[in-house]
Amino acid sequence: MTGYRLPMGGRVNRQTQLAFRFDGATYAGFEGDTLASALLANGVQLFGRSFKYHRPRGLLGAGSEEPNALISVTRGPGRFTPNLRATSIDLYDGLEASSQNRWPSLKFDLGAINDRLGMFFPAGFYNKTFMWPRSFWEKLYEPAIRRMAGLGHPPTEEDPDHYAATYAHCDVLIIGAGPAGIDAALEAASGNGRVILIDEQDELGGGALSDPALWPWLDRSVKALAASPNVTVLTRTTAFGYFHDNFIGAVERLTDHLADVPHGPREKLWRIRAGEVILAQGAIERPLVFDGNDTPGVMLASAARVFALRFGVAVGRSIALMASHDSGWHDIFALAKTGVGIAAIVDVRDAVSPDLLAQAEALGIPVHLGHSVIGVRGRLGVKAISIARNGGTGVADLACDALLMAGGWTLTVHLWSHSKGTLAWRDDLGAYVPDQPNENVRCVGACAGAWSFGDGAVIDILPTPKDPTRAKAFVDFQNDVTAKDIKLAVREGFRSIEHIKRYTTNGMATDQGKTSNLNGLQIASTALNRPVADIGLTTFRPPYTPQTFGALAGHAKGPLFQPTRKTNIDSWAEENGAVFELVAQWRRARYFPKAGEDMHAAVNRECRMVRSSVGIFDASTLGKIEVVGPDAAEFLNRMYTNPWKALEPGRCRYGLLLKEDGFITDDGVSARLAADRFHLTTTTGGAARVLNMMEDYLQTEWPDLNVWLTSTTEQYAVIALQGPNARKVLEPLVEGIDLSAEAFPHMAVREGTICGIPTRLFRVSFTGELGFEINVPSAYGRALWERIMAEGARFDITPYGTEAMHVLRAEKGFIIVGQDTDGTVTPQDAGLDWAIGKKKPDFVGKRSLARPDIVAPGRKHLVGLLTEDPNVVLEEGAQIVADPNQPVPMTMIGHVTSSYWSEALGRSIAMALVVDGQNRMGQSLFIPMPGQTHVAKVSSMVFYDAEGARLNV
Amino acid sequence: MILIHCPYCDEKRAELEFAYAGQAHIARPADPSALSDEEWEHYLFIRANPRGRHHERWRHIHGCGRFFNAVRDTVTDKFETTYKAGEPRK
Ligand SMILES: [Zn+2]
Repeated sequence: MTGYRLPMGGRVNRQTQLAFRFDGATYAGFEGDTLASALLANGVQLFGRSFKYHRPRGLLGAGSEEPNALISVTRGPGRFTPNLRATSIDLYDGLEASSQNRWPSLKFDLGAINDRLGMFFPAGFYNKTFMWPRSFWEKLYEPAIRRMAGLGHPPTEEDPDHYAATYAHCDVLIIGAGPAGIDAALEAASGNGRVILIDEQDELGGGALSDPALWPWLDRSVKALAASPNVTVLTRTTAFGYFHDNFIGAVERLTDHLADVPHGPREKLWRIRAGEVILAQGAIERPLVFDGNDTPGVMLASAARVFALRFGVAVGRSIALMASHDSGWHDIFALAKTGVGIAAIVDVRDAVSPDLLAQAEALGIPVHLGHSVIGVRGRLGVKAISIARNGGTGVADLACDALLMAGGWTLTVHLWSHSKGTLAWRDDLGAYVPDQPNENVRCVGACAGAWSFGDGAVIDILPTPKDPTRAKAFVDFQNDVTAKDIKLAVREGFRSIEHIKRYTTNGMATDQGKTSNLNGLQIASTALNRPVADIGLTTFRPPYTPQTFGALAGHAKGPLFQPTRKTNIDSWAEENGAVFELVAQWRRARYFPKAGEDMHAAVNRECRMVRSSVGIFDASTLGKIEVVGPDAAEFLNRMYTNPWKALEPGRCRYGLLLKEDGFITDDGVSARLAADRFHLTTTTGGAARVLNMMEDYLQTEWPDLNVWLTSTTEQYAVIALQGPNARKVLEPLVEGIDLSAEAFPHMAVREGTICGIPTRLFRVSFTGELGFEINVPSAYGRALWERIMAEGARFDITPYGTEAMHVLRAEKGFIIVGQDTDGTVTPQDAGLDWAIGKKKPDFVGKRSLARPDIVAPGRKHLVGLLTEDPNVVLEEGAQIVADPNQPVPMTMIGHVTSSYWSEALGRSIAMALVVDGQNRMGQSLFIPMPGQTHVAKVSSMVFYDAEGARLNV
Repeated sequence: MILIHCPYCDEKRAELEFAYAGQAHIARPADPSALSDEEWEHYLFIRANPRGRHHERWRHIHGCGRFFNAVRDTVTDKFETTYKAGEPRK
């Protein structure tokens, strides 16, 4: 068939012809066409294959409700988009589209065997058949089902496009720009408030676009809105979700309709907060349910009207109508006036208004009242229909090449339902209408039920003489659900419409049942013998139509997926070949490999140099909190496990922080700078959590304490200088601080300057060596680092990363909260009893340390592990057993928390949480790994310099 | 995205400026050591899970930083009211 473009009419620009391809064949259309209208104009009726049965399918609708015509569009590498509705694809020159779910071709599809075997694919088929054996599901059933039943293929290449996002605020937001929405926008525009009008189509007008009598009004209205400075009009924009407090998500499609992909974002996510929302989303015509209603060429009457009057395309040359509603008659009359041949009007009702009959007669259209279509002939397109009286008599065949369905109207209440507005059933409309709002929102026009489409009868299935078990009368076209499936679900005991929906999958396809929900409900109502209003309605959820992941992700992808925090010294590390790792959003240097070194060689060298000379480490990421005020010491005394009040200014203390349940949540070394001022440090990952916890206690439990907490993490760059030569490197650079061992002992703090920069200088060590941590204002970090590097050159000063830091601290048995603890470890479990102020009457978590489960024997303790084979480095996370010969499942008594090669000891070391570990010293335990079971002895966690001789120098 | 009224800023701001902070009006005992294990267990772990009005704490963490109390309906997710920490239960 060719040549279905009407000689005149429509809103397409016949002066501009566009060439496009569909499944490899080249066609021509006009500017203003959709892919659907352009293909129809070329005589294409077959658009795709159905989801389950691979049945040939054509267009059902003309808008975003279209369930059948799902299309893939490619625009070059990475720009492949599956599952687009042909009715929503704006035509452009060079458009490259293809059909889906068919092999080898759309006209000859091997998967259509499913259709012949249809009796073996009833509702719940997958649930019933592929239950057993369970192991077959992943490897056999699911991949096979996915190959056979499916939508388009996912894109395989990275998306080269970018996506924008914006927030917008307005007094009135109108969603839907049909006549009712435009009227509402014009009214709102006359006020002073900000107005946003959005519509999913390429131009405003909605239903008016297929009603030429309204075009002069539409033209005036669009110009008036454009001239209103307080009105923002967004076309090609879908309001996909309605969220709390009048917050609406919408996606504007910016480039997909253009022949050449321009620079700039492909789509834009609008997050709109509106004072009032006006929903003017219209209504969607309902298909009728009868055998063969999915044959290509069977479509909604309203869709045929849109194709004829908006696009100038006839959907056939001899068109029949199957109606239960007046609106279809008006559509047929409009088509007849464009010169299209009309085969007949069939209406299931026994009587209609005399006015309709008179118009039909005037147009010479044969009318069959009290009749229904009982069969459709033609597989790839309608060739003829059989009709019969509702009683089954008077069967006759009618030749036609298209059959329109007019089953009444379903109001588009999706967004209303997202907003939790209630719905009420109206028998006269056979539809749910908006009832009580839950937000400042109202509906206008057809979606409010305030639009007259004429009279109609509400029926579930057309009368048919055919054996209903053989009939294929489709309800959900996209998910291939038939009336028979819904009846079967009811027979098998399903009562709730939510359960019937999930069992049959009715309404669960990507169109969310826009054309199927109400028919499914009517059929269930009849089968259950209960009124529709008693059965309820399934829930609508965002998105209204499918949206791209790109639009929702916006700029938050790749390096912008989350912030990367960098220290002032980070650029030096990058220039000097550091390998980085992410720690709590901070980018940290993990190690600094020299030419030819792998990680282990580099880490071993870095460890050696710290222990033998001096290493330099960027510790800027440590969390820092300034605690100031007359009650600062009292506050810390209540927060931490150990005593703080007696700490003298100039001294540091290791602080252990518990949650109220008694488990370790953070630790760090902190300094008292003055009677009323402390410089706290926290773990890198715990900084925000600790500040929040402290603020909580300060604000809500102890508001009487006069204390101020300020995060200073990013105010200071911190350089750790560690190793026996650390003091010698520092001495020439520091002014105003006596660095001698006597004047500046371990765990002390001094203020002075370094290279002229004010500094808080800590003498602390996380390595077990003589060490300093130099705090300077962040901006000086890299400059100071380079001065220290220059000064340290004579000692072969060595930058080291987090990996060496981990090894060095483990050699000393220093724990890392969150690695060696997991939120269930008490101070006793971790061997940190010494950090508990025994005389303190109270601190956060103290009472919990006396809970029955905490004092009970058999808890897991943190201990050291030394493998029998010193060259075996255990895997962190490996499980530990006491009896290696126990059959599986074995009794696991703990796991390895930290494990490294210790260069200083020339062997491996590990830490582990082990049941009753502190009472197992010297005992051999077993770590079963694939192919081999390792043996290790429980030991102290302090593997190196247990007496601390290297610290106090 | 819900709008939440911060009683300190006296402004309705978007939910993403706030952090949830658990059930409200659970005061830390003045002397925890005086509590029995059962009483301490109750303070630590036992929380209401109502269908309807729920007294809860929020923090205007990306705003003024203050903790405050709120009454929220767990069915509709609507805030009935918010009030400052230390004010009587509403
Ligand atoms: Zn605030």
